Amino acid sequence: MFEFLDLERYDLFGAFWVTVQLTFYSALGSLIWGTVLAAMRVSPVPIMRAFGTAYVHLFRNTPLTLIILACSQGLYFTLQFDMGTGGDPEPLGFRLAVLGFVAYTATFVCEALRSGINTVPVGQAEAARALGLNFSQVLRLIVLPQAFRSVVAPLANVLIALTKNTTIASAIGVAEAAALMKVMIENEAQLLPIAAIFAFGFIVLVLPMGLFLGWLSKRVAVKR
Amino acid sequence: MSETSLTKEPEDASHATEDLVVLDSVNKHFGALHVLQDINLTIKRGEVVVVIGPSGSGKSTLCRSINRLETIDAGTITIDGDPLPSEGRELARLRADVGMVFQSFNLFAHKTVLENVMLGPIKVRKEDKAEVETRARALLDRVGVGNQADKYPAQLSGGQQQRVAIARALAMQPKVMLFDEPTSALDPEMINEVLEVMQQLAAEGMTMVVVTHEMGFARSAANRVVFMADGRIVEEADPHQFFDNPRSDRAKDFLSKILAH
Repeated sequence: MFEFLDLERYDLFGAFWVTVQLTFYSALGSLIWGTVLAAMRVSPVPIMRAFGTAYVHLFRNTPLTLIILACSQGLYFTLQFDMGTGGDPEPLGFRLAVLGFVAYTATFVCEALRSGINTVPVGQAEAARALGLNFSQVLRLIVLPQAFRSVVAPLANVLIALTKNTTIASAIGVAEAAALMKVMIENEAQLLPIAAIFAFGFIVLVLPMGLFLGWLSKRVAVKR
Repeated sequence: MSETSLTKEPEDASHATEDLVVLDSVNKHFGALHVLQDINLTIKRGEVVVVIGPSGSGKSTLCRSINRLETIDAGTITIDGDPLPSEGRELARLRADVGMVFQSFNLFAHKTVLENVMLGPIKVRKEDKAEVETRARALLDRVGVGNQADKYPAQLSGGQQQRVAIARALAMQPKVMLFDEPTSALDPEMINEVLEVMQQLAAEGMTMVVVTHEMGFARSAANRVVFMADGRIVEEADPHQFFDNPRSDRAKDFLSKILAH
């Protein structure tokens, strides 16, 4: 049944490795940018709040395919923004895709984190302010560490969605798992077995993530 | 008891005015509710002022407005001669000099007891970590929870948590301590351990503003009792005079209700 699976011809592990890398860098970027956005949305400065809100609504409600295509077509082909690759297509597509995933996924990180901030009792921030900590210290030292601990489970969902969303990078020619799948379906005409292989590959990636983060969310929960 | 200094000595006598906290015609509204009405109150250095009154009389709001956890609509508040800044770095610096103890303790839930006490001096005052730790441990010993230093707040009883909260505020070596109903969330048998720490602090000359329902504490530790009702200061008096011989009808009525049984 799987005799078509010639690993010499189809670099299955290489393709999934690209998926893993896309996920890793996008997750890292989204976590950072999402935290910055959340900080903006709770900041006392009106213009920052307005920017954070506008950004989240704009990017969260735009289809991801559109964002990824916009990164490629808009940023590179129109604006000639090559992200320091000098136009070399392989790293270029990868970096543009990561940029798109970060821009999009950060909005979900931001909103998860904001709901986490709401679980931190207001007295925690009041006590911190009463000690003389400034806004950024209150956020960094007291509120965000507790908020993060309460949103590990929702962030796990975001990460799982992101892992599967990376398949959209094939739309701009990044050689990740879904791109290879299209090639294999084209060549082998074995739709179901091929789909099963890739579905299984994603389960192998995503299942441990979910289990680990589920365990972690219980472990780091703040006791009150 | 160790000999950790809790009160800050006035650095130069010229700056050290007698009046530490001055509220001048302070007004505040919560929507239509006029919660603070023309409050004038002066707290002298080393004085212990107990604020009592029925629920909703504005006493907690008054206490919280002194370090601007509540903003005020009109009037001025000065602390040690400096007017209370409205925002930013100046405000943070002023808050560092004003210790605050809350009804619900508000210990940082993700930090150990010791870390709770050390956080302010290290992050706000940028003091040396080793020195702060020595002081923090001494303070925890003083309030009787030295052996709990490495536990998390949720592992402590309410009374222990509140004593840690007092130590956390003292670690900043504040000029004045504000207590916002510090024993109201405690089980009855834990109230005394907190009051004892406060008594001791008062005896050492700490300037304190205490919002409380503990009349025994008011009687024994206060230099002055401020009675509030409906957003106004109705009566200000020496505790013995206030409890034994209240002047206003509102205070008589209040005292008859709480002292009747």
